Amino acid sequence: MKIVKEAIAGTLESSDLLVKVAPSSARTLDVTIRSEVIKQFGKQIRRVVTETLNKLEVSEGTVVIEDKGALDYAVQARVQAAVLRGANSEELNWEQLS
Amino acid sequence: MKARRSMLFVPGDNPAMLSTAFVYKPDSVMFDLEDAVSPREKDSARLLVFHALSLAAYKDIERVVRINRLDSEYGLKDLAVAVKGRAHVVRLPKTDSAEDIRELEAHITRLEKEYGRPTGETKLIAAIESASGVVNALTIATASPRMIAIALAGFDYLVDMQTRRSSGSEPELFYARAAVLHSARAARIDAFDVAYGDVNDDEGFLREVQIAKQLGFNGKSLVHPRQVELLHRAYAPTQTELERAKRVIAAAEAAHRNGLGVVSLDGKMIDPPVIHEAELVLSRGQVA
Repeated sequence: MKIVKEAIAGTLESSDLLVKVAPSSARTLDVTIRSEVIKQFGKQIRRVVTETLNKLEVSEGTVVIEDKGALDYAVQARVQAAVLRGANSEELNWEQLS
Repeated sequence: MKARRSMLFVPGDNPAMLSTAFVYKPDSVMFDLEDAVSPREKDSARLLVFHALSLAAYKDIERVVRINRLDSEYGLKDLAVAVKGRAHVVRLPKTDSAEDIRELEAHITRLEKEYGRPTGETKLIAAIESASGVVNALTIATASPRMIAIALAGFDYLVDMQTRRSSGSEPELFYARAAVLHSARAARIDAFDVAYGDVNDDEGFLREVQIAKQLGFNGKSLVHPRQVELLHRAYAPTQTELERAKRVIAAAEAAHRNGLGVVSLDGKMIDPPVIHEAELVLSRGQVA
C-alpha cells in the first residue's frame, strides 16, 4: 500500500495513540515512536507497528506515533486507519488487517 | 437461558472504554458504530471495533455491534466488520418495519458464507425508535429466526411522537413500552427498555429500572458503566423471594411425584404460571 498523502488517525486521549503518516521523498520507511511507557513497552509497540505496516505492505513513508498507553489492538487499528487514509483506500482487505 | 439484563453501550471510537468495559461485567457489551461515532471517524472506529471484538477479555460476554442503518453509506461496511469480527449479535438502529430486518438478514447470510461462519450464527436485535417501529413491533420481532430481542430507544421515538421525556411515571413511554414488550413476548424473544441518559441521577435511573422490571422487560440498554451494577442489584431477587421460589418448586415437585395436578402452598394454589414465575426468580438469583 502506497502512502500518497498526509493523514492522521487516533487521539491523544489516555489509552489511545495518534498516528501521522506522510509520503517520503527519500523512498524509505521511517517510523518514530514516542510514548509515556517507552521504557516498559517500547519494544512491544514497535513490534506491533512494524508487523501492522508489513501486513499492509507499506515500504516507504514516514510514520510518527504518539502513544498514550494504548493496548496492542488499538495500536494496530490506528496504524491501519492512518495508512488507509494516507493511501486513499476505502477497501478493507481482511488478509492485511487480521 | 442467557441473561440479558444489561446491554452496555461502548463508543466504537473510544479505546479507553473499548479496553475496559468488560470490567463492569455487563451481560452484553454493545460496540457502537452509529450515533457515538462522528462521520469522519467511522472508518477508524470500524477498525477499533473489529480488533476489540477479538480481545480475550470479552470471551465470556455477549458481543453486540450497533451498525449504522443500511441505507446510509456506512451500514454495509459496519456489517462486514461485525460479521467478520464474529460479533454474536448485530443491533440495527431505527428499525421501522420487518422489511428492514429481512434486508439485513439477506446481507448477513451472504457475509457469513463469504467469511466462513455457519449460516444463522449471527443474531439480531432491532431497536425501535419511531411510531412506525412501535406499530410494527410484532412483525419486526418475528421477521427472522435470528431475532433474539427488540429494544425500545426513547429519544428518537419521543421526537417522532412530538413530545419529550418527563420524570416520574413517564406516561409518554407507556404505549411504546407495552407494545414492544408484548411483541417480544409474543415472539418469544427478549425486550430491552430505553437507556437512561442522566448518568449522575441514580435515583431517577433506579426508578426507571423498577418500571422496566415490573412491566417485565429483561433489562435495559445502558449508557454508563456505573449503571451496570445498579441495574443488576435492582433485578436480583430478594432472599425472601428466593426462599419462596424454592418452596414453590419443592411443592410442585412433590405434587408431581405424588401424581397430584394441583397443590397449595401457604393456602395459595400452585399452578403452572406460579411455577414458571418461581423458575424465573431462581434463574435471576443464579445470575445475580
